Amino acid sequence: MTGGTVERSPAGSVTRGALDIKKLSLAFGGLKAVSEFSLSLPVGGLYGLIGPNGAGKTTVFNLLTGVYKPDVGSVELSGLRIDGKKPNQIARAGMARTFQNIRLFGELSVIDNVRTAAGVRTKSGLFRTLLRTPLHVAEERAITERCIELLDVLGITHRQDEQAKSLPYGDQRRLEIARALATEPKVLLLDEPVAGMNTQEKREMRGLIQSLREKFGVSILLIEHDMGLVMDICEQITVIDHGVTIAVGSPKQIQDDPAVIEAYLGVPEENDPIPRPEEAPKTDAPEAAEAP
Amino acid sequence: MKSLQDRVDRLRPGLPITVGKSVLPFAIAILLAFTMDKLIGPAVGATWSKILLDVGIAILLAGSLNIVNGYAGQFSIGHAGFMLVGGYLAAWLTFYGSIHWFGVKTPVGGFLGNGQLLFLGGCILGGLCASVFGVIVGLPSLRLRGDYLAIVTLGFGEIVRVLGQITDRQPKRIDDVKKIPMSDLLNNLGGAEGFSQIPGYTTLFFVYFFAFVLLVLAYRLKYSSKGRALLAVRENEIAAEAMGIDTTRAKVIAFVFSAFFAGIGGSLYAHQVGALDPKELGFMKSIDLVIIVVIGGMGSITGVVIGATILVVLPEIFRQFADYRMIAYALALITVMILRPQGIMGVKELWETSLWRKQVKALRAKLRGGK
Amino acid sequence: MSDSFTASDLLQTTINFLAVGGLYALIALGYTLVYGILRFINFAHSDIVAWGGWIALTVASGAGWLASGQSPAFALPLVLLATMALCAAMGVTIERLAYRPLRKAPRLNVLITAIGVSLFLQNVGLLNKVFGNRPSTISALLSNDVLATVGGVHLRLYDMLTILLAVVLVIVLERIVYGTRMGRAMRAVAFDERTAALMGVNVNIVVSVTFALGSALAAAGGILFALRNDLRMTADTSWVLLGLKAFVAAVVGGIGNVRGAAAGALLIAFVEVFVHRYVTAAFPDKPWVGQLQDIYVFGILILVLIFKPSGLLGKATVEKV
Repeated sequence: MTGGTVERSPAGSVTRGALDIKKLSLAFGGLKAVSEFSLSLPVGGLYGLIGPNGAGKTTVFNLLTGVYKPDVGSVELSGLRIDGKKPNQIARAGMARTFQNIRLFGELSVIDNVRTAAGVRTKSGLFRTLLRTPLHVAEERAITERCIELLDVLGITHRQDEQAKSLPYGDQRRLEIARALATEPKVLLLDEPVAGMNTQEKREMRGLIQSLREKFGVSILLIEHDMGLVMDICEQITVIDHGVTIAVGSPKQIQDDPAVIEAYLGVPEENDPIPRPEEAPKTDAPEAAEAP
Repeated sequence: MKSLQDRVDRLRPGLPITVGKSVLPFAIAILLAFTMDKLIGPAVGATWSKILLDVGIAILLAGSLNIVNGYAGQFSIGHAGFMLVGGYLAAWLTFYGSIHWFGVKTPVGGFLGNGQLLFLGGCILGGLCASVFGVIVGLPSLRLRGDYLAIVTLGFGEIVRVLGQITDRQPKRIDDVKKIPMSDLLNNLGGAEGFSQIPGYTTLFFVYFFAFVLLVLAYRLKYSSKGRALLAVRENEIAAEAMGIDTTRAKVIAFVFSAFFAGIGGSLYAHQVGALDPKELGFMKSIDLVIIVVIGGMGSITGVVIGATILVVLPEIFRQFADYRMIAYALALITVMILRPQGIMGVKELWETSLWRKQVKALRAKLRGGK
Repeated sequence: MSDSFTASDLLQTTINFLAVGGLYALIALGYTLVYGILRFINFAHSDIVAWGGWIALTVASGAGWLASGQSPAFALPLVLLATMALCAAMGVTIERLAYRPLRKAPRLNVLITAIGVSLFLQNVGLLNKVFGNRPSTISALLSNDVLATVGGVHLRLYDMLTILLAVVLVIVLERIVYGTRMGRAMRAVAFDERTAALMGVNVNIVVSVTFALGSALAAAGGILFALRNDLRMTADTSWVLLGLKAFVAAVVGGIGNVRGAAAGALLIAFVEVFVHRYVTAAFPDKPWVGQLQDIYVFGILILVLIFKPSGLLGKATVEKV
């Protein structure tokens, strides 16, 4: 699965996108967590999902990946209906994610974290494993080979045998991405991939995330609070607040949208808090970690 | 980047070598077991032979439990239930079968003679039945959270014990047994008195054969995708699901695999003690095995071997303090959990520790320096 | 068959049911209280039940009340209070030494420690220096009187006392948990420990109080059970089953939920007493049916865990992803 360019649909025709979400809704008891969320991610696209804290962004990810079952709505992955399916089935269908509160396999080594995810694409079962058949041996070798290449792309090869939990924060986030890529996904969901990183690291990640599409043929949807990054690399941005979509458009359109500005600050117009890409980001304060 | 399956064909090893590598460990297992039985056993004398036997059975039982508790991180405290199932089925086959087909109650034949083959069949049968129970218990309960699973496995162990206690009495006279067909005798497992006069087929050979086979399979499992999937379930089940692992299926497979070997262990136990008393294989026995796994290191094969050895040999050495044995165990358990919860080895193997690596480095340096 | 289904038999069975239910409720509450605040199953709880019985024996024989067949009327209440206080202290000490260091550890670790504590209590108790292995009795503390006879059914002092004591203690506990400041603190810690601590609740004290209460109730349960059955060590089947069934009652009712523990206890007692009585009567030719009590109880447990793991009255907890 190499390459992957942005598919341009001729005007008027209906192309199957990488991810087609239609009117996804979820309520917890009386509280509407997500209301009629829709999004069409084209093949090779890089879209963003932003909104104030508690807006429901991670809930959307959880709905997409099967952690929650939607009340209404549909999700199609390259035309295949995946809403209502279990997380492992959805991963196998080709959607992988990273987590807002990092969920690595702490005691395992870095490379084993990635190898574990790669296992989803193997064909040998328990008996082949116990008997060490040629197919099993070949698959294990292929896994190791591919995972080393993945670590290389993500820049953490030097930490290959270290325990995942002892990694510095930035490298843990990279490891999560490497692990997700090991499942050979068609769609990659990144949940705050640069949270807690310093300016230098963020700059590296910016280039890296953009290059993932070509290197791996994935389409990407990301959640982020760092507006500089979002405005810089996302082709289209969806803004949600309290589960409701309040704006969809290009970065320029979003920056100028009064509803968006109000959602973030509650004050209309004069003070424009959303930095343009040309401006240097003012602070790098990491997001407060949410209670587990 | 190339996908996994695109690389597989290029990396496929040659068939003859792979078959050789696959079978070799089992051949070595047979050889080692034979050595244990014919050389080491007689050399160390009767008392220590028995201790070696007990250690081997403990390795088999705790090693199989390690797959569920150690690799998959699930809390199963009913392992003795599988032992009991395996023991009963094997004893049914060997005791009643011996009478029906050989006409006697005592062991017949020599090494791998008719009697021992019947016993081997009993062991396998016991293992298979135990795995069936593993599916029945595992499928519904392995979706449950940690402490709830513990309760269900505890309940399973007790239910098996009770079921054993309400079976019909065991006819012991050869003439009586010959009149009843084998299938009818399935309910005559001794009831509350237990099943006795089981022919003593267990030898060091069988014990260590099965123990080595388990160790080889446990090793192969651990260093494979399937094994890593179990470790992932243990580390972070939600992330494991998100990475495509069917966590319930993985847990059930681990459970069934471990039940199979526990059934074999139960059969070996029954044919060594000569009797099967359901009260002996209850909660306490399950806890004994859990203690070995916890203290040895949950998830470590070498840890379980070390733990089994220590926890079988020490009580023998300190026989006169038998009253205090359980108290010492209890305190050890509490202390380990507070001070070193990963046990002696943690999830690492002996050759993965920094101590081992340092020694190997030093040895290599010495060899190079000596040249 | 006709003699089993009379009204008086029904009344007798009902009384049995209430007495057994009360007993289970007292013990189940200890399990549920601890689970509510610390989120683990205190396997050692059933051993405190047994120790309650044995401590009562020690106190009573020390005071000379067991020497003759009868003891003074004030003996039982005094023994009860003394034992409850001593067991409360025991519970607090165990928590302080074995569980508090593991307050932040994974729950499975604490479970294993609890098993260790349970083994410790059992085997220390078995030592001849301590309680020893031979069964004893404290039945001298309560005479086997019949209070009244209603419709041909004897209302025994023991059953009435058990029911009364259980009801009183459960109500007292309920009032504590739902009507006092300490109770509010307990519920806060059960709901969210970190936030409760931030609000100024002294979590350590709350935990200690919880263990004290649970252990005191356990002691009461142990004494009541010992009054009618031989006093044996925890490892003995009848005592193991007592603890186990109370535990099942707590889980079935919804572990962590005080009212659930009472509900679960009544359900388990109902199955044990009514079902056992009438099923045995229905199949008089199959003696092994009588031994199936344990299986009924475990069967209910497994059914509940599979279909409604949070228990009859419990609420499912959601893990944040």
